[in-house]
Amino acid sequence: MAEFSTSVRENGDISIINLKGFLDAHTAPTLESNFTQLINDSKFKIVVNFENLAYISSAGLGVFMAYIESIRDNKGDIKLTNMSDKVFNIFDLLGFPLLYEIYKNEEEAIKKFSGS
Amino acid sequence: MSVRRKNRSAQLKVKSRTENLSEIRDFVSGNARTADIPEATVENIILAVDEACTNIIKHAYNLSPEGEIIIKIEYDEEKFMVTIIDYGKSFEPDRVPLPDLQKYYREHRVGGLGMYLMKSLMDDVEYISVPGEYNQVLLSKNIRSG
Repeated sequence: MAEFSTSVRENGDISIINLKGFLDAHTAPTLESNFTQLINDSKFKIVVNFENLAYISSAGLGVFMAYIESIRDNKGDIKLTNMSDKVFNIFDLLGFPLLYEIYKNEEEAIKKFSGS
Repeated sequence: MSVRRKNRSAQLKVKSRTENLSEIRDFVSGNARTADIPEATVENIILAVDEACTNIIKHAYNLSPEGEIIIKIEYDEEKFMVTIIDYGKSFEPDRVPLPDLQKYYREHRVGGLGMYLMKSLMDDVEYISVPGEYNQVLLSKNIRSG
């Protein structure tokens, strides 16, 4: 069975989700529940760190599309960081860089939220 | 100089459950690596097969866990081909438009991305559907080097 796990940290008013392993149709609900929880807690500034993500399919990409609108409606955003070339290529193929801000590392994404 | 032919085939049968996607990926990966295909191409084939099987689980079998999915791999020195067969609801690929991502985003529609990925990652994607009998998708990738 595919191994996938997430962990959520707080950095001031920003929530950081770390992804690890394989994000597919089987494991996507784990990430969905992270987003649902953050939205329920009115935490709309979210950074997702892809450093330890080995694999993503469209079911995983769909999770980001499912939540982005309600998060932006609440003056928040989902910013993506630390993507491997392999994972970035899939995002790129689907035109995601037009819709999401993608940064090299967490610090850059956090700075953007701070407006500096 | 004679070239040694490498014609191989393999088959995997699994139930229509998302938990089996990792076994499907491992099966494709093992065979593609045996075929001595460049790593980036192997990754693309794995993803395309995952997308095809995810669509079958979600749409052909409508998430019912007892459906059957058969994955056949055949390759020679020119082509790596994966045939995926299911016995679920028939599928009309022409009715699935290529996605307009901005529109999908506004409408919260996330299906259709898989089909677009399959077509982008493979050289050829062919569907055969015999309603009430079976559906077949053939994914092929040219692997001839040099």
